[in-house]
Amino acid sequence: MGYSEAVSQLSSLTVNQTGSRALLFYVVCVCVCVCVCVFSSSGCKVLLHFVNQSGMKTSVSAMEGESLLEVVINKNLQIDGFGACEGTLACSTCHLIFEDGVYEKMEPMADEEMDMLDLAYGLTKLSRLGCQVTVERWMDGMTVRVPQEVKDRREKPEAEI
Amino acid sequence: LLLCSVMKRVPRDRTLFVSSLARRLSSASGPGPKVCIVGGGPAGFYTAQHLLKARDDMVVDVYERLPVPFGLVRFGVAPDHPEVKNVINTFTQTAQHERCYFYGNVNVGTDVSVEELRKAYHAVVLSYGAEANRSMRVSGEGLAGVFSARDFVGWYNGLPSNKELQPHLNCETVVILGQGNVALDVARILLSPLDLLKKTDITQHALDTLAASRVRRVLIVGRRGPLQIACTIKEVREMINLPDTAADMLPADFESISEALKDLPRPRKRLTELMMKTVKTESGQHKANKSWGFRFLRSPLEVLPGPDGKRVAGIRLAVNKLEGSGEDAKAVPTGQTEDLECGMVISSIGYKSLPIDPCVPFDPRSAIVPNNMGRVKDTAGLYCSGWVKRGPTGVIATTMNDSFDTARMLLKDMDSGMLNLSVNKPGGQEITALLKERGVRAVSFPEWEKINLEEVRRGTAVGKPREKFLDVKDMLAVAWS
Repeated sequence: MGYSEAVSQLSSLTVNQTGSRALLFYVVCVCVCVCVCVFSSSGCKVLLHFVNQSGMKTSVSAMEGESLLEVVINKNLQIDGFGACEGTLACSTCHLIFEDGVYEKMEPMADEEMDMLDLAYGLTKLSRLGCQVTVERWMDGMTVRVPQEVKDRREKPEAEI
Repeated sequence: LLLCSVMKRVPRDRTLFVSSLARRLSSASGPGPKVCIVGGGPAGFYTAQHLLKARDDMVVDVYERLPVPFGLVRFGVAPDHPEVKNVINTFTQTAQHERCYFYGNVNVGTDVSVEELRKAYHAVVLSYGAEANRSMRVSGEGLAGVFSARDFVGWYNGLPSNKELQPHLNCETVVILGQGNVALDVARILLSPLDLLKKTDITQHALDTLAASRVRRVLIVGRRGPLQIACTIKEVREMINLPDTAADMLPADFESISEALKDLPRPRKRLTELMMKTVKTESGQHKANKSWGFRFLRSPLEVLPGPDGKRVAGIRLAVNKLEGSGEDAKAVPTGQTEDLECGMVISSIGYKSLPIDPCVPFDPRSAIVPNNMGRVKDTAGLYCSGWVKRGPTGVIATTMNDSFDTARMLLKDMDSGMLNLSVNKPGGQEITALLKERGVRAVSFPEWEKINLEEVRRGTAVGKPREKFLDVKDMLAVAWS
């Protein structure tokens, strides 16, 4: 049976209490949302905020399943020299810094990623390589940043880890 | 010439072609800033990229000595690291920019002087890198079988000036002095299975030599200890993963290291842990056909000749101890020495820049152009980026950031009026005329693309990404055909 038939079947069920009706309504909404995400050809949109090297913040609507490197490229975000090796784990230029609560929820890093990340300029405990991070729904609203520009290059920030 | 080079890039749409041609001609002779970049490697292209993006009236000309661009990305990056060469795509985009012109086959310093460039442009950026190498300065360095890593790498990567190198790989042991990533690249190429190498863009003559190689053991020697090693973890992993090759490390080298581990920053800690793990797993294992290993606290004293007095048969090393700790620890000789038997010595102790022109300040001690954050000292309108500015260390990303810094400095000087943009400069038009008078013909970027296509075609025929031309005259013949 199609999903619209399922929805109408669900909503015609008799219920005894108001609470159960509210719960039913909630369940129906969730089903509709899931179906929209599953069946729509464009996938789920996730809101992301990028802060570039000059502190400028840009908000974009990314696609679930894209890598953050792909987001930067597709949305033409003004980040100097991002993704030099084009996502092949041969450089560290797609280095991104995440928020505390976000970082700990991410998939752990493979050795290969950490090997290259360890060479990144301005490395922090919350750093990852953008080409290895996939956009997921729970990331909606998160902010990522690149290391800030240093005015005097003699004061190159030492790795914080 | 300009019309021809534009026509090569002509889009199918005629109106686009006409307006693009008009834009090119007007910007080439127009009133916007004109910057000249000396050197068509990563530093040159990243500097150009940043400048072009910052101002839409900026014209950037890149001069390169060879007919082919990309510098060490083409001639330095190991053939089995093709992903690192992906940066060529972004450099190509920059070179194809309508306000960017590439002039290959032009030797700044002999075909045209830096002074002439400074007269023709609002600013000149020196990005010509480091073409020489530091010498070990020990006796025996001139014996047959002793090479600099720079020459050896140039040889397997098709650098025209190294095509006659002819290293004989008919010895069992090779000793490499230096423990940076270049040393590890050389070791890995010496020990890699031919089946893997023949699918890369390594030169055919290198493949033929490696096919006949008797080299089974490579020792990579450094002055200081494991905690000071200059190479990075990815390259060490690649050595460990070499098929049929055992890691031959000395446990004694790592005895006093474990206490220091916990205070190390993560990158240094992981590298040290990996080396220590390698010592543990390899001790007592059955022998593989080939081996590689690090040797620490050793400095070269003398290269020892064999019975004929002409070819290397060994190397005498001073035994060091460390004074101080961490990155600043110093190697101090103990007075003891050690001899290692070997049939080849490769010194991988650093590249070195050379002075380009008498009017450009050069510090012979540090072998860089003296500068203050990219502005060449005491010389208005002259800048530098990349290895000639900072010294020959770092990966491509390091050079990228450095080049952006120089570009930012230059732009700042344009905005503040320190660089006088109110004067119109002739730029490439004047230099092209000068070169023509002198019988020098430049290779344009579309002409390089003909060389590129031909190299790819030749490579495809033998299952490689490209088969590089080894001779400048062959490159020119294709470019100008």
